[in-house]
Amino acid sequence: MTDQTQKDFLVEESLRRRSELSSPENRLDRMIEIRAVEGKLQSLFNDGFIRGSTHLSNGQEAISVGIAATITTSDWVTCTYRGHGTALSLGVTPTAVVGEIAGRVIGCVGGLGGSMHLCGVEVGLLPTFAIVGAGYPVAAGAALTAQYQGTSDIAVAICGDGATNIGAFYETLNLASIWKLPVIFVVENNLYGEYSRIQLTTPIEDLAQRADSFAMPGVIVDGQDLDAVMDAMTAAVSRARAGEGPTLLEMKTYRYSGHSRADQANYRPAGELDEWLLRDPINLYAHSLGISDAELEERRRVINAEVDMATEVALASPEPPIADLFEFV
Amino acid sequence: MPKLRMREAVIRALADELESDPTVILMGEDIAEAGGPFKATEGLKEQFGARRVRDTPISEMGFLGAAVGAAATGLRPVVEMMFIEFIGVALDQLTTEACKFRFLSRGKLNVPLTVRASAGAGLGFGCQHSQMLDQWFRGTSGLKLAVPSDPQTAYGLLRAAIRDEDPVIILETRSLYGDRGEVTLGEAGIIPLGKGSILRSGSDVTVVALGQMVKHAAAAIQDGQIDAELIDLRTLIPWDRELVLESVSRTRRLVIVEESPYSGGWGTEIAAEVSRELFGQLLSPVHRITLPDTPVPYAASLESRYLPNAEVIRSQIDAYMTSGLSPEPWWRLEGLARA
Repeated sequence: MTDQTQKDFLVEESLRRRSELSSPENRLDRMIEIRAVEGKLQSLFNDGFIRGSTHLSNGQEAISVGIAATITTSDWVTCTYRGHGTALSLGVTPTAVVGEIAGRVIGCVGGLGGSMHLCGVEVGLLPTFAIVGAGYPVAAGAALTAQYQGTSDIAVAICGDGATNIGAFYETLNLASIWKLPVIFVVENNLYGEYSRIQLTTPIEDLAQRADSFAMPGVIVDGQDLDAVMDAMTAAVSRARAGEGPTLLEMKTYRYSGHSRADQANYRPAGELDEWLLRDPINLYAHSLGISDAELEERRRVINAEVDMATEVALASPEPPIADLFEFV
Repeated sequence: MPKLRMREAVIRALADELESDPTVILMGEDIAEAGGPFKATEGLKEQFGARRVRDTPISEMGFLGAAVGAAATGLRPVVEMMFIEFIGVALDQLTTEACKFRFLSRGKLNVPLTVRASAGAGLGFGCQHSQMLDQWFRGTSGLKLAVPSDPQTAYGLLRAAIRDEDPVIILETRSLYGDRGEVTLGEAGIIPLGKGSILRSGSDVTVVALGQMVKHAAAAIQDGQIDAELIDLRTLIPWDRELVLESVSRTRRLVIVEESPYSGGWGTEIAAEVSRELFGQLLSPVHRITLPDTPVPYAASLESRYLPNAEVIRSQIDAYMTSGLSPEPWWRLEGLARA
């Protein structure tokens, strides 16, 4: 296969993967896949295959999958540099994600973006944002296009708890509210803004409260429970599609890793991680589906093997040719 | 051909694009109900409705960012920044987001966004409402920037900007809004981006100017005693390299008149390129007439010294032609500053 046919194939594959999320078992598998891909990325880093930095979202998989399962491919999503899970959930293939992060031409941005800049226009993923809060106004703009053109499309803006202290967050919530834009604001509150615990930077515990001053619903959601995420999303999606305006969803969650590759997260109190691991989104969802531990292990084994293969394909792809730098400026 | 003020030419350009393309929308502070702080959108809300001509909160990052998102997903927003300085709080959305979308989507997304802003000194608005700030944008790939010099260029460049697939900034020199001139409307009046124009042909020296400096440079040479060729650059990013190099290859002398700082002003790039391409052919070094490296002063007598005028431009060109050297700027001659 040429690089181009291979890329075309991956785009089609993204759409197929997205449609799979209608089944609960596939949703479970997707969460397992995200965990597996991020584990693989960590080891690729250690082996020197990956440059710069990367930001893992392990522990937050239910949010990504829950969002992807409740919107369509013509809806737009903006998300942060902690976006591997979102990209995979929306449908971008493990090969395209790992390829991008390894700087290969088969990557979803042809190897020119890197870990913080994944993209999947075919599944509604705008280029992911490496500037905290920057995706918020852009999502409002995508929602404005839908509202203006009279389609039923919506936009979803995903940010972390840290971004609720940046101006873009407030300006966008205000604008979206006065214009009743069909947009859903998702805050993944994983308790740490980069290296700082939320209490050091934020005077309130429940960020959903911040919706009050913009006259929009603010909902606290258990971000470790995929069904809860989907329920909250479904209500917010209906509201947006009905022209009733934006919703702020605060997903209470936890990232198992540090902020980025270099961060060992030594600032976390002892035992905190262990407590959150008891409510691991993959285990919780598997149990809710009546899947035994043994069966879950088997699923992990199969998916890990698939991710290994996807990684081999990604790493077999060359780095992009220098001419690609001058294209699409 | 109607005679219009520059602000009226802006309104006509916006109206004509709103009329011809249903994806064009306008956004900005006070532009709809109030008709714009400089009356450059007057009547458009009445004509096209509040759905297409939208007042925004005072949230430049919010509405510029929303325009970026709207542009990437199918609209052609035209955003008004009341004063170009206000883009400071929203710069990320333009330079770091909008200008990277095509690159990061490998050509699947364009951002056909136009940002109009009033800019420039001369009206006593003080140092936070009188800058051009083009130097903030010149090193950003994926961005275009044009500066009209009269009603025709205001009309033609704005229409071209709205039709362009890239983010384009139009800096409308505030002091020119009231200037009148004949304007060719319609398709024939559209001026392509990236093309300068020779306003006066001459053989002894090329004078390159932009924005309100075009008017002052034209006045400086209008008696014809110097056989100068005057170029209105019109677009700064990308600037018309071929036109300038061709002209200077004939005249072998170049004076650049900038409303831009001495350090890092836009003429530095042109001077470097001309020196590289035409080094052996130049009869004199490239000469730049610029602003001093200071904030814009408020007091009228100081602001009029700060901004080059026809008299200063003329005396500088005379000194340049007579000596064959690049004359010192006034602040150095007077011992006020070294740079």
